Amino acid sequence: MATKNIMIVGVGGQGSLLASKLLGRLLVDEGFDVKVSEVHGMSQRGGSVVTYVKFGDKVYSPIIEEGEADFIVSFEKIEAARYIKDLKKGGTIIVNTQQIDPMPVIIGNAEYPANVLDEMKEKGVNVDDIDALALASQAGSAKACNIVLMGRLAKYFDIPREKWETAIEKCVKPAFIEINKKAFELGYNN
Amino acid sequence: MKALMIGNAALARGLYESGCSVISSYPGTPSTEITEEFAKFNDTYCEWAPNEKVAMETAFGASLRGKRSACCMKHVGLNVAADPLFTMSYTGVNAGMVICVADDPGMHSSQNEQDSRHYAIAAKVPMLEPSDSQEALDFAKIAYEISETFDTPVFIKMCTRVAHSQSITETGERVEITKEYVKNPQKYIMAPANAIKRHPFVEERTAKLTEYAETSPLNRIEEGNGENDFGIITSSTSYQYVKEVFGDTVSVLKLGMVNPLPVKMIKDFAEKVGKVYVIEELDPIIETHCKNIGVEVVGKEKFSIMGEFSQKTIAKAFGLADKENVCLDTAVPVRPPMMCSGCPHRGIYYVLAKNKITVLGDIGCYTLGSMPPLNALDMTLCMGASVSGLHGYNKAGGQETENKTVCVIGDSTFMHSGVTGLINIAYNQSNSTVIILDNSITGMTGHQQNPTTGYNIKGDPAGKVNLESLCHSVGINSVRVVDPYNLEECERVVKEELAKNEPSVIISRRPCVLLKYVKPKKPLYINPDKCRGCKRCMKFGCPSISFRDKHAVIDNTLCIGCGVCASLCPFDAFESEGE
Repeated sequence: MATKNIMIVGVGGQGSLLASKLLGRLLVDEGFDVKVSEVHGMSQRGGSVVTYVKFGDKVYSPIIEEGEADFIVSFEKIEAARYIKDLKKGGTIIVNTQQIDPMPVIIGNAEYPANVLDEMKEKGVNVDDIDALALASQAGSAKACNIVLMGRLAKYFDIPREKWETAIEKCVKPAFIEINKKAFELGYNN
Repeated sequence: MKALMIGNAALARGLYESGCSVISSYPGTPSTEITEEFAKFNDTYCEWAPNEKVAMETAFGASLRGKRSACCMKHVGLNVAADPLFTMSYTGVNAGMVICVADDPGMHSSQNEQDSRHYAIAAKVPMLEPSDSQEALDFAKIAYEISETFDTPVFIKMCTRVAHSQSITETGERVEITKEYVKNPQKYIMAPANAIKRHPFVEERTAKLTEYAETSPLNRIEEGNGENDFGIITSSTSYQYVKEVFGDTVSVLKLGMVNPLPVKMIKDFAEKVGKVYVIEELDPIIETHCKNIGVEVVGKEKFSIMGEFSQKTIAKAFGLADKENVCLDTAVPVRPPMMCSGCPHRGIYYVLAKNKITVLGDIGCYTLGSMPPLNALDMTLCMGASVSGLHGYNKAGGQETENKTVCVIGDSTFMHSGVTGLINIAYNQSNSTVIILDNSITGMTGHQQNPTTGYNIKGDPAGKVNLESLCHSVGINSVRVVDPYNLEECERVVKEELAKNEPSVIISRRPCVLLKYVKPKKPLYINPDKCRGCKRCMKFGCPSISFRDKHAVIDNTLCIGCGVCASLCPFDAFESEGE
């Protein structure tokens, strides 16, 4: 199988680490060669963060470049716009519609561009937008946003739902398994 | 067992399986997880040292006693440890010793992008360079064999992408290695008379290691299918990018040992493939070697000397077409990293910026105080430089600067190399005010314990340096402690200490809000009837506060209820529901 590329983008602290852990676990269990790459350190402090997940028969480069991503999962609206250049032609971007102002907007040096998803759609991008924050709260914790989005991503894969749920069980602490399974289901079905 | 592991965890596993019994390190991105992962093994010793020099000497001591050892650091940490390094090259080792160093091309989390391979060449120490997690594990084992066979410490050089990328890694079992310690002054006492006899040994060793490099499995040729009529010499993560672009269509000489480099192997490869490209991140180390041995190659004229590479960098250099994509016309505002909501550093920076004080800064999360809207910093150089730099600044500036200049340095950085600067301030008496930002942890690298926290790497209670006593005992008479959430107190104490005619230390003490034991309070909210939209709170630069429809609003998913913003509001618009 040719290598498939998934990018997870968002704001430092939003929980992309757990999402990539879940994907890595699932894809290894499915028997793929897998590489997962993220940058630690300074950029995690509320900055724009990106994680690459690649899988296939044999994966070389751990990173995803412009026009290479089959899927982008964005935890925040303008982060989707920031990384859309990396989406492959015909690829799909899943976007949590949450808005988190970056510092230039907070201090009034820039405007938050509210209509980026419309522009993407106008340009023919497959945009799958979802209010993951609301669904996560419905599941029992705003922090489960990441798993709501993984639920949505799962719809695009042939891998059976039970396998995703097994991966959730392996990746989260026992006390949070139920909330996260619920979050996954809400992402999958809404 | 097979598992998905980051390069640093695989390297830690490799050190463990090789029988490494002692690791001493100082944290630094992207090297930190090597030591953190090693600390999870039970039958070994592992510690955070105050700095990299101490760590390397500790590892040396363990090797001398007969146990395999290692020390880990980021590229700039190697500058700090350079002193023992150059002479350890002469003494060699008893049990094997590995130095793990992680470079940061692209400077994701560093102040420069120096290339550690220069140190291997300068100190005449062999260096291995893995290109993924499995190699990181395997190379650790080979490194110890080389160390003991050739009597030398051995470098394993990581880079951000290898250190922090996860790939599938097969683990094995641990071996136990112990060597006897035999007193040997000619080998271990590097006084001139002995050192002069060890230098020829070092040169002979390099010659032998070059021979080893010719046939070692660390360096391998992957023959191409003939589609492309050139060859590529590469190493580390660049190898992965080359394979991503060219697959099997090009012949590749993949170097796993980058010092010393083979001679005959490279010459034979070049003869076979004709045209040779050298693809390496940062400095032209392999390229220069090729040219020195008379092999013509194309290198830095085609591939940048700066930053990280990727498959795109390489495809572009070979004129291959860009991949199709969509770009938006809308400009997206940047999202730089910033201090967290409730970060204790913000309070002290707010006070310093408000009073237009010149601030010499240091290395850590608090470098983010340089960002708008606080713009509080004037200088950041290297670990500890704020304190010694302030001394020099004030010696040069005299009365013109003494009363309006401070330095800021974190607790861990102060232990690393700030205290020596403070000793200089006390000894040579500059009228300097040093602010220690004590957040009770090493923050930026992801919460490592340090000598001031009272806990060791495993989280067990440990010795604890008392900062106040330390400052007093080196000769600072005026040592004050403030709470950075109390802006009024901070402003008063900063003004008082700056006005004094003697060296002084202010300890700004409050734990990092990301520490597990720091329980967040309920988020504040802004009463829109009271908020007049004056934007005074926006000058604080808290990511939880933004401005919508002529009022400030608080993002309750980010706010931790520190309440400092409330003290800035002249209209009492910030309200809280209590604890």
